[in-house]
Amino acid sequence: MHELSVAQSIVEIIKENVPEQDYGKVNAVLLEVGEFSGIIADSLQFCFDAVKLETPFKKARMEIKKVPFVLYCNLCKVETTNSNGIRMCDKCGGFDNSIVSGTEMRVTEVELD
Amino acid sequence: MSIITIERKVLEKNDELAAQLRNEFKKNKLFVINIVSSPGSGKTSILEKTIEKLKGKINLAVIEGDVQTDLDAKRVEKYNVPVVQIVTNGGCHLDAKLVKDALDSINLSDISFLVIENVGNLVCPAGYDLGEDYKIVVLSTTEGDDKPLKYPKMFINSSILIINKVDLLPYVNCNIKELRDNALMINPDLKVFETSATTGAGIDDWCEWILANIKK
Repeated sequence: MHELSVAQSIVEIIKENVPEQDYGKVNAVLLEVGEFSGIIADSLQFCFDAVKLETPFKKARMEIKKVPFVLYCNLCKVETTNSNGIRMCDKCGGFDNSIVSGTEMRVTEVELD
Repeated sequence: MSIITIERKVLEKNDELAAQLRNEFKKNKLFVINIVSSPGSGKTSILEKTIEKLKGKINLAVIEGDVQTDLDAKRVEKYNVPVVQIVTNGGCHLDAKLVKDALDSINLSDISFLVIENVGNLVCPAGYDLGEDYKIVVLSTTEGDDKPLKYPKMFINSSILIINKVDLLPYVNCNIKELRDNALMINPDLKVFETSATTGAGIDDWCEWILANIKK
């Protein structure tokens, strides 16, 4: 997708949430990225490593936790999934469901020295 | 070592701005659509037919998004409707900030319908809310019936699917039932229109749906 601009957004989020005097202490940023968020984790990592060199967060590493695609089936009343991103319940084959997770892209934590 | 808990959506900035736009649109009783598709599916051609049908019935304006050139804006200008061209210079999608800036050149109180034609790209525009009422995905028969399965995010995030170039069905390797089924598998809530911007087939139904959504 557009991992470079996403990496830039992440830099902005770190800046807004860490006190300026601690910028140099940032050693990791933790992310949750859904399986169907449209973002390729490796590519985002690559872009972040390039972008960070122009920022105060040169030593920050990026840790990405992948979040699986989970549906809630309104017929079976259970959480289910589909590995192709199709909104079909793996149990009953029905389409009456809602998306629980797998489309998100969130910064969850910043680790300081 | 200390940890700062953040819990922020990466695209939160865009979502906040989109929420502001949505408010602005609501205040002006505007019906807003964001048309997305791969390049060459016929977004602009459908738009031209739509303007022809709706002219005189409602006042509309158009925001055109392209990587380069104002060719699309020029096509729309011929119909004497307000049009703003956004050139992204390589950017793969429109975001809420670009739309906000474009709105400076449009008098929202003069119109009841705003069309945002996104950059032709079946991947990136899916993630960016522009404050629209509906995201409309156009898929043409020449692209093949498997595309909803291969590019699911766009179909998950859209509310309406327009299957365009139905006049070419006899000549292309595309099973329209399969296309529909694939799209509805990805998103069972999709409303589907079948059109041909060349022959005008299906354009009436599509325009009726727009008119039914214009806010009084």
